Amino acid sequence: MTTLDHPHHPAHGGHEGSYLTPKGGFWATVWDWMTTIDHKKIGMMYLVAILTMFFVGGMAALAVRLELLNPTRLDPVTGHVVGSIFSAADATDTKPGNEIYNRMFTLHGAVMVFMFIIPSIPAALGNFLLPLMLGAKDVAFPRLNLCSWYLYVFGSIFAIIAVVGGGIDTGWTFYTPYSTVTDPDHWRLVYMVLGVFILGFSSIFTGLNFVVTVHKLRCPGMGWFDMPLFVWAIYATAIIQVLATPVLGITLLLLIFERLFHIGIFDPALGGDPVLFQHFFWFYSHPAVYIMILPGMAIINETLAVHARKRIFGYRAVAFSSLAIAGISFLVWGHHMFTSEGELSSAIFSALTFLVAIPTAVKMFNWIATLYKGSITFNTPMLYTLFFLFTFAIGGLTGMPLATLSTDLHLHDSYFVVAHFHYVMMGGTVIALLAGLHHWWPKMTGKMYNERAGIMGCFLVFIGFNMTFFIQFIMGSQGMPRRYASYVDDFHWMHMVSTFGSWVLLAGFLTHLVNFMTSLAVGARAPDNPWGGLTLEWDTDSPPIEHNFHHEPILTHGPYDFDDTVPPRTRPGEWPLAAPLPAGATAHH
Amino acid sequence: MTTIDAAHRLPRPEDLPPHERHVHQPHWRTKEAEFDAAKFGMWLFLATEVLLFSGMFCAYAVFRMLHPDAWTNGSHYLDWKWGGLNTIVLLVSSFTMAMSIHNAQKNQQGWLKFNLCFTILCALAFVFIKFTFEYTPKWSGWFFFLDPALHHHVDSGRTALGGLFHFVEGYGGKRPGSLFAYPFAESPYEPIWWSVYYISTGIHALHVLIGVGLISWLLWRAQRRHFGPGHYTAVEIVGLYWHIVDMIWIFLFPLLYLIH
Ligand code: HEM
Ligand SMILES: [Cu+2]
Repeated sequence: MTTLDHPHHPAHGGHEGSYLTPKGGFWATVWDWMTTIDHKKIGMMYLVAILTMFFVGGMAALAVRLELLNPTRLDPVTGHVVGSIFSAADATDTKPGNEIYNRMFTLHGAVMVFMFIIPSIPAALGNFLLPLMLGAKDVAFPRLNLCSWYLYVFGSIFAIIAVVGGGIDTGWTFYTPYSTVTDPDHWRLVYMVLGVFILGFSSIFTGLNFVVTVHKLRCPGMGWFDMPLFVWAIYATAIIQVLATPVLGITLLLLIFERLFHIGIFDPALGGDPVLFQHFFWFYSHPAVYIMILPGMAIINETLAVHARKRIFGYRAVAFSSLAIAGISFLVWGHHMFTSEGELSSAIFSALTFLVAIPTAVKMFNWIATLYKGSITFNTPMLYTLFFLFTFAIGGLTGMPLATLSTDLHLHDSYFVVAHFHYVMMGGTVIALLAGLHHWWPKMTGKMYNERAGIMGCFLVFIGFNMTFFIQFIMGSQGMPRRYASYVDDFHWMHMVSTFGSWVLLAGFLTHLVNFMTSLAVGARAPDNPWGGLTLEWDTDSPPIEHNFHHEPILTHGPYDFDDTVPPRTRPGEWPLAAPLPAGATAHH
Repeated sequence: MTTIDAAHRLPRPEDLPPHERHVHQPHWRTKEAEFDAAKFGMWLFLATEVLLFSGMFCAYAVFRMLHPDAWTNGSHYLDWKWGGLNTIVLLVSSFTMAMSIHNAQKNQQGWLKFNLCFTILCALAFVFIKFTFEYTPKWSGWFFFLDPALHHHVDSGRTALGGLFHFVEGYGGKRPGSLFAYPFAESPYEPIWWSVYYISTGIHALHVLIGVGLISWLLWRAQRRHFGPGHYTAVEIVGLYWHIVDMIWIFLFPLLYLIH
């Protein structure tokens, strides 16, 4: 009798269909997805959810840019408000329109940060790919994984109720005293903050799940330094998620109590301290910017290596720089508060901030060195990868003048900061997400996207992005403050450029959307390994079978051994074979 | 092939108690790997709990530094005897929780249930003491008849619940922030002290109640013989949770009750 030590799982038996195979009729399939504990399905559900949120946040952004196309002002002749899309046609006071503007950029920021970018790559692509790359059947705690998704949806619903109920105007940072005194006695702020609190738990559970998965579910033969760099960076992200988010949790709880009962912790009248809120908030939110960018870097490692067919230069340096970034990110929160904290602490935080640039630069140099003598294919994932290197370099370098005390006093709360964080968050994370989406689309859906349309979309996004945001560096350094609906005429042409850029961006995103949708409907069937990748997700079907692998994989080669490994599940000619062929293999060109 | 005889000598799987029938989830290679992962996950979760409370400890430190008088005055109204009693109650419950893990490992089903019950009772006693002897009198001035603080002030005459509670004029109102209404406050910043006190002990008490729920769930499963030497993951990880809740109180108690 062997049943006791070798459990037999009926679900494991005969059928080896794709994970996308519907389970019965429409409602049965819906039920199957809503109750699934399969990491691939949960990843896809996250993908749909975050892209929906990206759309919501994007619409708010377009509205903000449209408002800024012309400065809001009173017409000296008629006395009517002009240049404001948020004001009634015959309004004679700018205040109501400006208040809507405040709500709009808060909506944009809060949705993009808490509901899109933080969960985006880890929860969607990470969920899908992490177990596959480790050669595992699932994440460590599949039910907790589904629970995270529901918490995400639940938290988002709270936030959306707050928005539909009229929105909040504090900015995504919820600074006190704005957040404790505006809209007196209104429940909207409480709902929004509660929503973000719940989203935090979703994030913690995802991170916790990933840390345990990486430790305990690597396939036989896979040591720590055989893991793809994607996994390393997601692992570093997960650590930050677990260690930073609880502090946001308690901060938001205190904020809710402050709002509801005026407990005074952040209220100077009762002996409290509003700057304490900023410390608490940034203690989470600076590490959170690395929750945003590390997964972007994770993707770049893979797309760069595969489409340049080169071993990543300095594997260990890149792996450890992820951990270094995670560690240092906890020590620099004070650089968001140079103007509200003491001089000594500002100087210390400034010095510590410069340290973050070191591991970041290590990665940049290693990636560029990887490209050297690679055989680069200029397809959509690779173009987006190069796009990332370009814009992220600008984003990172402009962090330097912000980290320098003397220059930051001038640049703080100006459009320079806005441009900086869009170059890192959008130019970094969103661009990497697009690289990754194109790279793994064939694996996730089993369909090829149209390469020409992808490249066209990429060019549009590139032009639109730089048009929208580069000019903001100039505006900011010349004194345009952030979060204002009006401005002096000197800035007018620059705001116009920026707003036109946002339309080009929109066109680029729509191109990708249409491309992806068409590929689902009529796209060519994707081969198992269209790019000749060596990480384990390419070692199974496209789309993967329900239990990921036909046999438990045993690792026999490193993730980037392009020089001496024939990619699995690839017929020669299916991928650009540039490296010298190993003995015994034949190429058909 | 096993012979029919050999198969008959082994109990059929469906006749075994659930804890011996337990199989690991399909994505784990072994039962041990699954157990280790569950424990590791729980430790990580506990790290997040500690970090959550560390926010409160931080606020405590900042405001104690800013307003030392409010701290000494406020702490003065906390009775170390109730706090100390509750510390003992939690320590005992930690011990019985640890024992119940031991019972599961040794397959002592009766003791397992006894110890889980005892832990739940201790947890409930903790919350009961906190609410009736600490929160209620401070918040509203209603004292439980057993409360020693009451003996000097039994003159007000207002009672509730058949004399179980007595109202003492001028003693309530020690509430957080703007709800503060204690007439004899000595420091203008005392409301902040009460905010820190109620929120940190309140979140802790909430954790104790969640613990009651979790341990009741264990008891329910123990009743169905889910736990035994071969499988006691849930007992182990809830035990870890319970110890951390206890540990946090060990820090809160001296910081709140024992300062001068
Ligand atoms: C080389 C690395 C980086 C350095 C030295 C750096 C430095 C800074 C500094 C000093 C500020 C504060 C500016 C001010 O408010 O006056 C800032 C703001 C910001 N940074 Fe970075 N940064 C870096 C990378 C990143 C990355 C990778 C992200 C996100 C993916 C990011 C996101 C942000 C955001 C969102 C803000 C603005 C927050 C707000 O006030 O709303 N930064 N950065
Ligand atoms: Cu920062």
